[in-house]
Amino acid sequence: MNKIDNKLLLSVSPHIHKKETTSKIMWAVFLSLLPSGMAGVFIFGPRAFWLIIACIVTAVVAEIIILLLRHQKLTIADGSAALTGLLLAYNLPSTLPIWMACVGSFFAIAVAKQAFGGLGRNIFNPALAGRAFLLIAWPRYMVTFTKPFIYPDSVTCATPLYLLKEGKAESIFQMGFNYLDMFLGNRPGCIGEVCIALLLLGALFLLWRRIISWHIPISFIFTLALLTWLWGGESIGEADVLFSVLAGGVILGAFFMATDYVTSPLTRIAQLIFGFGCGLITFVIRKWGGYPEGVSFAILMMNATVPLLDRFFSPRIYGHIRRSNFLAKSPQ
Amino acid sequence: MKELLKEFTKGISRENPVFIIALGLCPALAVSISLENAMGMGAAVTFVLVFSNCLISAIRNIVPSRIRIPCFIVVIASFVTIVELLMAGFWPQLAKQLGIFVPLIVVNCIIMGRAESFASKNNILPSVLDGLGMGLGFTLALSAIGVIRELLGSGRILAHMVLKGCPPATIMILPPGALLTLGILIGLINLIKSKRKE
Repeated sequence: MNKIDNKLLLSVSPHIHKKETTSKIMWAVFLSLLPSGMAGVFIFGPRAFWLIIACIVTAVVAEIIILLLRHQKLTIADGSAALTGLLLAYNLPSTLPIWMACVGSFFAIAVAKQAFGGLGRNIFNPALAGRAFLLIAWPRYMVTFTKPFIYPDSVTCATPLYLLKEGKAESIFQMGFNYLDMFLGNRPGCIGEVCIALLLLGALFLLWRRIISWHIPISFIFTLALLTWLWGGESIGEADVLFSVLAGGVILGAFFMATDYVTSPLTRIAQLIFGFGCGLITFVIRKWGGYPEGVSFAILMMNATVPLLDRFFSPRIYGHIRRSNFLAKSPQ
Repeated sequence: MKELLKEFTKGISRENPVFIIALGLCPALAVSISLENAMGMGAAVTFVLVFSNCLISAIRNIVPSRIRIPCFIVVIASFVTIVELLMAGFWPQLAKQLGIFVPLIVVNCIIMGRAESFASKNNILPSVLDGLGMGLGFTLALSAIGVIRELLGSGRILAHMVLKGCPPATIMILPPGALLTLGILIGLINLIKSKRKE
């Protein structure tokens, strides 16, 4: 008897381990975002750099303070707070006063993340919640953008989406841009959203490492493009579909914000619906809303539906009966 | 005597209508844009609470219990009308600021709640003290929210500029600011309460 006991090693499932940890994933996302941030600093000057540093430092310090106050283990090394700070900075215009960025970063960590119970328990994407807070708190400062490549002086100017919204320009060429400008980042906008090329590079890295799946970003971008093609212009097919995807924060939002593990659904079907909702709301805000850009509010709104989506599209357990109407009865 | 004092103080601290029992949140959120509005609203509610509690307590034995709620509403609505007309006559500016929320005091759940759970079961003097305490508690809670929102949202306190050279955060005088302030204040009060229990 004793012999067998020594030979049989029983452990609970899962038996196959992957050496992937929360901190590894966080730092991989951080790494994949760095190129577009460097491009942002290159385009908008050293001010953008200090803004990014201020956001990250505030986020990390806020996380430390609140974890200490809550008597929790210090989990700074997992990189989630630093990532929140980085993502928030990428969503800010380079002209924003540093202290405002710090307030937004503190709000993101203290209210949107730690007040809900910390990493894994937050309903809303903290970085986007911080951006929404800043946008409503100091709207004038949050929509002041500058022309690229003019620093240390700066020349304020409107974003392409703003020009389109106000009817000041009909097409991308009237705005004085071309598609290559939009793709490489030679346009006014938030620090991290302008350089589409390097954002896509980072996204490819994440897809290759299988940190994110294609479902949310593709359904997000496809929905937005399709709706813009159908109803973006005066008649079907008149609107500039490529422009609608390249402008604003769609690429940054779809690949890096909407795919946040904590605030996105788990199953594939739910992820497709989540992306569809993001695209739909973005289109509605751009077309009829008060803001020229709606990516962040779209993702925040869809964040609220995640618990519902997860519940409705929970996979059927093997051997259990198929639920014909998932609305009729709550899962046990 | 001690009992009476207890009826008075419970509304301010132990059973604060806004922070502890979370009643009357609608005006608390909507009107607390500035300290002045908050105090005006608090005074109006306190007035209605004291007099409606007093009258309801006085008629509690002659009102049939099956139609007591309509009777309470008639009493409360009368006092609200008095407040509304007084305010429109003497403080037109404040009346304009508070707008629909003055007539809406009729359906304020604090007043209904005190009438139903306290005034209709107790004598006149404790009822009046209860109404006064609850009204003061409501006023204090509203003022606390109002002062924070006015300071952060428009940089002023009682319309005096305090924060100069620092752009105020508009969000604080908009609806999200009200919910944020109330939530954080309730959280802090619960924290203090739990610390005290230990």
